Amino acid sequence: MTGPADTIERLPTGISGFDDIAAGGLPAGRPTLLTGTTGSGKTLFAVEFLARGILRFGEPGVFVTSEETAGAIRRNAISQGFDVGRWESDGMWTFVDASADIGEGIETVGTYDFGALIARIEHAIRGNGAKRVSFDSFSSIFSRFDNVGIIRHELVRIVAALKSLGTTLLLTSERIHEYDGLSRYSVEEFVLDNVIVLRNVLLEERRRRTIEIVKFRGLPHRTGEWLFTIDPREGFVVIPLGLPGTLDHASYARVLTGNAGLDRMVGGGLFKDAIVLLTGPAGVGKTLTALHFADAGRPEERCLFCTFDETHGQLVRNAASWGLDLDAMQAANRLLVSAAYPQTATPEEHFLRLRHAISDFRPTRVVIDTLSSLERVVTARSLLDFVIALTTVLREREITALITATPMGQAVAGGSLAGTVELASIADVTIMLRYVERTGDIQRAIAVLQTRGSSHDHAIRQVTIDDTGMHIGEPLPRVAHVLSGSAALTEHPPWPAEPDTASGDPTGGP
Amino acid sequence: MTDYSFRLYVAGRTARSQAAVSNLRFLCESNLPSRYEIEVIDAIERPDLAEDARILATPTVVRIAPAPQLRVIGDLSDHGRAADILGLSDNGGLLSRRSP
Repeated sequence: MTGPADTIERLPTGISGFDDIAAGGLPAGRPTLLTGTTGSGKTLFAVEFLARGILRFGEPGVFVTSEETAGAIRRNAISQGFDVGRWESDGMWTFVDASADIGEGIETVGTYDFGALIARIEHAIRGNGAKRVSFDSFSSIFSRFDNVGIIRHELVRIVAALKSLGTTLLLTSERIHEYDGLSRYSVEEFVLDNVIVLRNVLLEERRRRTIEIVKFRGLPHRTGEWLFTIDPREGFVVIPLGLPGTLDHASYARVLTGNAGLDRMVGGGLFKDAIVLLTGPAGVGKTLTALHFADAGRPEERCLFCTFDETHGQLVRNAASWGLDLDAMQAANRLLVSAAYPQTATPEEHFLRLRHAISDFRPTRVVIDTLSSLERVVTARSLLDFVIALTTVLREREITALITATPMGQAVAGGSLAGTVELASIADVTIMLRYVERTGDIQRAIAVLQTRGSSHDHAIRQVTIDDTGMHIGEPLPRVAHVLSGSAALTEHPPWPAEPDTASGDPTGGP
Repeated sequence: MTDYSFRLYVAGRTARSQAAVSNLRFLCESNLPSRYEIEVIDAIERPDLAEDARILATPTVVRIAPAPQLRVIGDLSDHGRAADILGLSDNGGLLSRRSP
């Protein structure tokens, strides 16, 4: 498409993740409306829009505040790590305080306009050469006046005045409902070409905060709702969910899994940028596999091991029983164990914690053990979003990742099988570890379902675990129903029961 | 003696600004002859003064004296209401609505 898309530049906001979904940033020199219900994060976004402009691009800004006083904004910004007071004395940030004086009723007699407010904003912009203007909020300033005709007219004037000064305006306004209807005065959406909606809804008893670009004057942008969170370290963060440009190259280098038999099954080791999904019921050997995977990159590789199942101490003790000294690995800076209970944070917060750990520790391998622990406390949709966001980070950095999960539908009664299918479609390699029932005992079996870009072993193989670790053995030719989770040998047991000497006839008797 | 002091904020030399100035003058002349002073501030010429007083809408009249400070927004075209709000109608003026 030609036309506006070619002529309107973007102003990168500098807000984490937002410019990706906005395909570069806000339309430069244009007004954008940011609407949301009370507490949806509008003021925070408006403050960050100016703060990131100063910190990352050296662009001065003007903040028109009507909902809170300038003093309240300054105090709150400090807790976000922004020293607004210093920026004010440096001439980078100017307030236009339009907040109401408490106890001061305003009477109106006859007609009026907002010429003084516009003059003050223009004065502030000329004073510091502002490129960015945050106006928070339109609805609260105009809720003090009752004439909707004047409000609409004045909104058009304010927008036109700021446009003529070449500033990029972010105007916030309150919505009454998350999904129904428009903003408070139902005029904002018609006056402004660019509309962003923040939402804060309860979904299956969990808070879900999202940001959606509803319209962008025909400019390209990413559609739909995107999760965001407020992070103490990064501030307003839009969670990236598999954005384009992250899959444009693939690694041909192979790395070891930590188990020679498994290396053979996946076609000679894993591709360096592989995301491996290892599913299996509790106790079948997932954590053992993961620990050997973590150790396999020695001596130069580093592994971030995230456990949601065990404490740090429990993991160290379990590893020691398999002959792995995690304390020594951590002392050598080859391993970072991150243990967290799933309930302590939202999936978005877990994601950010892991992203921080990845950017600080710079691992070449990452283990998530187990994803299913998160499934107990979040919705299937949130879990999928978490995995997509995480894999985006992992792929960007070409990290080999092993994600373990119990077969979906077992962690939660009535859980959906669809989750497994979608997770498997994100993973490059899918490995199953299962119990196989035989008459009289239970064995373990392993199968590789897919390895993208590589051949692999199609057999279901026997697995044994002893104090030297996990050993992959011969194919189990008569095992069936592994995929459905109730693996069993298919032959009817001979009489008297002697499974190991059973005939090769898989269909058994009559 | 001038015991009433008003500050009138307008934005530009528009018909609305002029209406506000003449309406305020008329109200004062009618109710407080030679007891008032009016200072007109154009927010476009002096946005800093509008900023100091945190004026949003124009025209805005601020009664500086006597205390308490009072504010009215609009061109004051309804003289009766304007006089009431600015506390002029108790002075026995022509426009007092409170006299029976």
